[in-house]
Amino acid sequence: MMDFINFHLMPGIILGSIYALGGIGISMTFGILRFANFAHGETMTLGAYFAFTLIQLTGWHPIAVLPFAMILTAVVALGIDRVFYKPFRARPAIMLVIASFGMMLMIRSAIQFSWGVQLKSLMPGIQRPYILFDALRISPKHMLIIGSALVLMLAVHVLLSRTKIGKAMRAMADSPELARLTGIDTEMVIRATWVVGASLAAAAGVLLAIDTHVETMMGFKLLLPVFAAAILGGIGRPYGAMAGGLIIGIAEELSSYAWIGNEPLLAPGYKAGVAFAIMVAMLIWRPSGLFRGKVF
Amino acid sequence: MAVLELDNITGGYGETEILHGVSLKVEAAAVTVIIGPNGAGKSTAMKAVFGLLRLSAGRVLLDGEDITSMATEQVVRHGVCYVPQTANIFPSLTVEENLEMGAYVRKDDYRPRMAEIYDLFPPLAEKRRQAAGTLSGGQRQMVAMGKALMLKPKILLVDEPTAGLSPKFRGEIFRVIQDINSAGVPILMVEQNAKQALSIADRAYVLVDGRNRLEDTGPGLLANREVAEMFLGAGGASVGAASGVNGSGAGSGAGSGANGA
Repeated sequence: MMDFINFHLMPGIILGSIYALGGIGISMTFGILRFANFAHGETMTLGAYFAFTLIQLTGWHPIAVLPFAMILTAVVALGIDRVFYKPFRARPAIMLVIASFGMMLMIRSAIQFSWGVQLKSLMPGIQRPYILFDALRISPKHMLIIGSALVLMLAVHVLLSRTKIGKAMRAMADSPELARLTGIDTEMVIRATWVVGASLAAAAGVLLAIDTHVETMMGFKLLLPVFAAAILGGIGRPYGAMAGGLIIGIAEELSSYAWIGNEPLLAPGYKAGVAFAIMVAMLIWRPSGLFRGKVF
Repeated sequence: MAVLELDNITGGYGETEILHGVSLKVEAAAVTVIIGPNGAGKSTAMKAVFGLLRLSAGRVLLDGEDITSMATEQVVRHGVCYVPQTANIFPSLTVEENLEMGAYVRKDDYRPRMAEIYDLFPPLAEKRRQAAGTLSGGQRQMVAMGKALMLKPKILLVDEPTAGLSPKFRGEIFRVIQDINSAGVPILMVEQNAKQALSIADRAYVLVDGRNRLEDTGPGLLANREVAEMFLGAGGASVGAASGVNGSGAGSGAGSGANGA
């Protein structure tokens, strides 16, 4: 039983909270700008590399540099939107999708060019896990990851439910045309969406890097589960993306638990397939998301 | 001087021309109604005001000022508010948040105005914390109108407010439109439910195939034989049409089947 919690459920929650942060950005970009942003994975990678460089420069703890990595990433995202996406705004969405695909390759190459392709680490050394109640094992860095993700999700909640710009973001995700007809400054909402989406993506990248390491393909590997999270939660629904992220993360980790006999149900190498399978199943049977009918 | 004037509007979406020189005027304090068969370009004429159309000719004037090429958001900032026929609320936002969005361009305190809106639509006050998408069709229409009124608009444009509503709600919506108008807001309304709409119209236009066909006072058009044949479902019964002012509009082809999504 404790093995189940320590080696499957906890890692699932950790991975899930990282997916959740990434999923919010994908979902909101899709809802507000109406296109699937393939460069979102690379945005996460970029955030992790910014954190790496900031740690090199300051010697601070990764969590201390996290806000600055988020700001830098958001600034880059705003620049990319201004230069690459804005000219396509009035064009069919497929052009934006293709543009974002190109942007994905460009950001990745720029990262490889600037930082090299070797693995890097944000938190070197091995940490001894805390042992709670004689059985529950959790390492300090995992507590940091879950704690940071919770704080960020709470911040998103406050933004979306208490502030004017947050409400305008939800309004525009509901209906961009009505938002314009209501007098909402839609370009401002778009910029706010990039800031929120990119900074949360950077946070997801940094938290993943704290858990594992920094490498140039890390964000791309996250892209599929993060899309799955956004679709599971319903496109354009940030709260859905949070729930979807947790569900996908936990499902991936639980898939390798020995549910029947002593062998893992699914070899851990196939974990990524779980997210894919969930995404395909959702698109076939419930394309509007798990919480269809409920409105957040 | 007219508050809003469409002058010889010609245009449409993409390559398709829908309007071929439509002109109309909304006078201060008046209810102006546009009627016409499906596809006549009634809603399209409204969208022209907001720059949502590709115009090849014509001008839109607000208080005499040319707003033809103004961005949608700017038109709203100038006090022109619009209630589209469908998708006219933000379903995932609460009733109160919808009203707040209606006041988006206001920098001052909009709370007193919100209280007035709740007075105008008492059912909304009870459901202020509820997601607008969970309300009934009639209540959604109230949210849509309330949202548009948050700005204290210079003029209110309403596109088929009663489509898909039950007769009971239809009467209520017409009553509210008259209330709004008597509070001093000029109204331009597109309506399928010709009989009821004309009965409250100070000025009415009939559009056919993207062109002006007839223009008169509301009662004048109600008494018009051609209008009676086209919209009131009463071939030659112009007398009946004129006396049916307070009827429920049955048989006027109002039920467009839309569920007020």
